[in-house]
Amino acid sequence: MGTTTAIRTKTYVGERIRRKEDPRLITGTATYVDDIQMPGMHHASIVRSPHAAARIKGIDAKRALETPGVVAVFTGADVKEVGPVPCGASLPGLRVPQHSILARDRVYFVGHPVAVVVATDRYVARDAVDLVEVDYEPLPAVADPERALEPGAPAVHPEWPDNVAFTYHQEGGDVNKAFAGAEVVVKQRITSQRLIPTAMETRGVVADWRAGDKALTLYSSTQIPHLLRTLVAMMLGLAENRLRVVAPEVGGGFGSKLNVYAEEALMGFVAMRIGKPVKWIESRRENFAATIHGRGHVDYFELAANKDGTILGLKLKLIQDLGAYHQLLTPAIPTLSVLMIPGVYRFQNVFCDIVGVFTNCVPTDAYRGAGRPEATHGIERMVDILADELKIDAAEIRRKNFVRPDEFPFATATGLSYDSGNYAAPLDKALEIVDYNRLLEEQQQARKEGRLVGVGISTYGEICAFGPSPATPAGGWESGSVNIDPTGKVTVATGASPHGQGEETTFAQIAADELGIDIDDVVVVHGDTAIVSYGIGTFGSRATAVGGTAVYFALQELKKKIGTFGAMLLDSGDVSYRAGRCICNKTGKSVSLSEIAAASYRAMKLPPNTEPGLVSTCFWEPPNFTFPFGAHIAVTEIDRETGAVSVKRYVAVDDCGKIINPLLVDGQVHGGVVQGLGQALFEQAVYDETGQLVTGELMDYAVPKATMVPWIESSHTETPSPVNPLGVKGVGEAGTIGASPAIVNSVVDALSHLGVQHLDMPLTPERVWRTLQQHGGQA
Amino acid sequence: MIPQSFDYSAPATLKEALAQVSSGAKPLAGGMSLVPIMKLRLAAPEQLVDLGRIPELNYIRKEGSELRIGAMTTHYQIESSPLVRADCALLGETAGRIGDVQVRNVGTIGGSVAHADPAADYPAALLALGASLKLVSTGGERVLAAAQFFLDTFTTALDPGELIAEVRVPVSSGAGTAYVKLAQPASGFALVGIAARLVRAGNRIGSAAIGVTGVGPKAYRASEVERLLAAGKPTREAALHITGGIDVNSDLHASAEYRRHLASVYAARAIELAWSRTE
Ligand SMILES: Cc1cc2nc3c(=O)[nH]c(=O)nc-3n(C[C@H](O)[C@H](O)[C@H](O)COP(=O)(O)OP(=O)(O)OC[C@H]3O[C@@H](n4cnc5c(N)ncnc54)[C@H](O)[C@@H]3O)c2cc1C
Repeated sequence: MGTTTAIRTKTYVGERIRRKEDPRLITGTATYVDDIQMPGMHHASIVRSPHAAARIKGIDAKRALETPGVVAVFTGADVKEVGPVPCGASLPGLRVPQHSILARDRVYFVGHPVAVVVATDRYVARDAVDLVEVDYEPLPAVADPERALEPGAPAVHPEWPDNVAFTYHQEGGDVNKAFAGAEVVVKQRITSQRLIPTAMETRGVVADWRAGDKALTLYSSTQIPHLLRTLVAMMLGLAENRLRVVAPEVGGGFGSKLNVYAEEALMGFVAMRIGKPVKWIESRRENFAATIHGRGHVDYFELAANKDGTILGLKLKLIQDLGAYHQLLTPAIPTLSVLMIPGVYRFQNVFCDIVGVFTNCVPTDAYRGAGRPEATHGIERMVDILADELKIDAAEIRRKNFVRPDEFPFATATGLSYDSGNYAAPLDKALEIVDYNRLLEEQQQARKEGRLVGVGISTYGEICAFGPSPATPAGGWESGSVNIDPTGKVTVATGASPHGQGEETTFAQIAADELGIDIDDVVVVHGDTAIVSYGIGTFGSRATAVGGTAVYFALQELKKKIGTFGAMLLDSGDVSYRAGRCICNKTGKSVSLSEIAAASYRAMKLPPNTEPGLVSTCFWEPPNFTFPFGAHIAVTEIDRETGAVSVKRYVAVDDCGKIINPLLVDGQVHGGVVQGLGQALFEQAVYDETGQLVTGELMDYAVPKATMVPWIESSHTETPSPVNPLGVKGVGEAGTIGASPAIVNSVVDALSHLGVQHLDMPLTPERVWRTLQQHGGQA
Repeated sequence: MIPQSFDYSAPATLKEALAQVSSGAKPLAGGMSLVPIMKLRLAAPEQLVDLGRIPELNYIRKEGSELRIGAMTTHYQIESSPLVRADCALLGETAGRIGDVQVRNVGTIGGSVAHADPAADYPAALLALGASLKLVSTGGERVLAAAQFFLDTFTTALDPGELIAEVRVPVSSGAGTAYVKLAQPASGFALVGIAARLVRAGNRIGSAAIGVTGVGPKAYRASEVERLLAAGKPTREAALHITGGIDVNSDLHASAEYRRHLASVYAARAIELAWSRTE
């Protein structure tokens, strides 16, 4: 009966299994958007504004259109029918500028798309971009959010001269009472600079319009194929069932592809107009200028405490640099900072005000951590500032304020319910790994020798597994389907759209364990709206906790059906399922999964009330977020003469709930830490006063390279989440969230005896050197 | 990032290449500097002549008291050459500090010297070593001292139609040398790069040659520092004169004030390291 599927008794979950996706990625055989070729495919290249603010007085595309090979040039006037670039976040009183896919009469930032040139050849299209003459009347621009708030600053959108897009207030407890009764209050202005996400693969779109079928297929390097389908269909006035979105291999996103971009709808529009497939691949310069940036905070913190270090309350005024428009989630990102501002601490009095500010810059939006790195950086810096003020050890002050293990589920002043935690466990482990007491002695010794050595701790808490639908902009559930073929081979389809995280491996581990089969008999598919049930996507460290759980429940459903068929085939009322076989508990006779699968499709006989086939789909709605946590410790030394920081040790102890694959978790932690370290030490998106992007390419924007990164000592504690049956929490962003405060706390610690309380990122040698100069610490 | 269209040829001999260069073709070496500026459309040559298939431009050999290095020798070949290590360690050390390994595998000494980036590493070493360049054209050849070659930012004494064929470096016997550098974190180029070559006279510095890059509009010899060192001034004191008379660069990565300071710190470090390597 049927072919036999390999049987396995060993389980996969918890094992260090190499990624199924890696062979194709590292041998260059994966298919990215730019690898897609189609007969008759045309190429698009975009004319972008060189000005941060200007009026468009005219566009002359005559010379471009005369170029052999150029078939069309479209401008703002041509795309009036296309709906605006959507903002998915709603806040009370939010001012939403009309965001046309091509600029109409004004441009608002350098890189703003103004026109698109379509040609038979990519090179011709690019050359013709230079032939489109746009007559600009430059206008005053403002790039700094605090400057934008000053009276008389240039108005980004003339209709809102104050540049305020929204204000948002959230409070809990009684902060005035907390501050009035406090023995000590510490204050600090803390910035979290604009960053450029820099996914290895830039954005890219191929649009294919089949006029006969009235059907459009959009291949896009996106994290959210289904949401993109719904929203682009709306923009183009297409019925949603006429649009298919495919996210082929996606070479990193970090949030920058959790969006709906003008170019995605624009390529659909172009393909429908010219009746030919069209491809657009973003250049690195365009990626820097026109793909969302991350962070962009100026935060004013106040922390109230007692002399024993007990934190009583926190005040925050958060100024968010939004850029010129709202992209999909732009205004929602700082609200996540506020939600997570209590971190891992017990205090119950919080008072936060956000001002969202328009600037003549590319919009900010979700970037790895999305609001939580900013929050964590703030609270972890403030706790260190408090510890320094009170001369309390940085580890001790944290322990004193941690939410205690018996307080879970813990209700925060910001309205969250932390699912589970043992915050001291990773801290203790990290302290043990670095040998904290010895380290502090060495630090004292180093100081005596005139060396500047710092030890920095960050204990972060984070919110993952987005999330219960009422608390998310677009539904927070995820879909998972499991399809067993007549030959017993298994296909898992997930609505989460992984793009480097490795769920093709982890979801296969889950399915193989549940079905007791070999992992190589499972294929995980994703990223195609034509073959995967509606899904939400991959972001907010949600794919495994929400999408994996959906797959898990689909598997439970299928296992029931497998049992029903097995019982019928074995003619038994008492069966169990083990190691890929259904076994009669009385006789010990068994049938394999593939035999059951074959019988279920052949359907010669069906169990009562049972349909043929072995297919199951689950849409799982999570009852809560999950809340991973951890402790990172960085040891740094500063070159007294130059201010250069070197990271001597980096220890990360992360608790992401139950670990499905330690190898992948380490990979996520490493990548995350490197990005956090990048923010702490190297990266900054710099616009000058006129709104020109100074860091417009990789020669000036410093992404950390392998040689600039320390050895990362990664370790874990495992506190399962009660939110889902897998007990998993999420780990995609943890490293980034934990890293920047660990590094900065370490550097400030190295300088604290000179009276240094704070340093803003990035900690460039010059910035540290200047601080040394001011505090008399230079050599 | 797509350059404007251009014609391309890859001759097998220097003679053919020179013929093309004399009629206006732009030489392409490793392409590590030229291709990015073409992609950014800051340069749009109509004709490229690739020097990469010309074996007679790729060699390292010793002739008399000189090392002779073909223009198309890669940074990595120089960094890993036993001959360079033995006879001109400074050049090998400098090559090893250029960019990253991918760049070093492809970029060439001729390309770097011809490009004359004010933050390139080689010029500091070549100046300190008293190197010279063999320049060739259809009309013949000439040999020019490195000190006469670097004129200004991205500007050299190379005439139209001329190619760099060879870099000539005197063998450094008995000298102690060092190249130290603070890299710009994004590009890898030198915020400050100092090449030092010291000859010991008993217990003191007999003569010093200090090349500086990344600091001013072009690489230069810090002659005042050299003079002070030879006159017996303490290193740290002498190093303070490293940017004397120089219009110091200021950019996103280092202000002029900070660069000036860095230059003196790195000069002192280079001198101390070179001194520790004297015999
Ligand atoms: C990421 C990155 C990091 C880098 N970091 C550094 C660094 O840290 N330090 C550093 O010094 N450099 C650095 N570079 C530059 C690198 O060293 C280049 O290889 C070098 O500057 C140019 O050499 P090339 O062989 O690539 O020349 P090309 O780019 O091919 O040519 C450069 C110029 O020289 C001309 N040319 C080439 N060969 C000849 C010749 N024989 N005669 C006459 N003209 C010629 C070309 O026409 C062109 O104008 C970096 C480059 C990159 C891309």
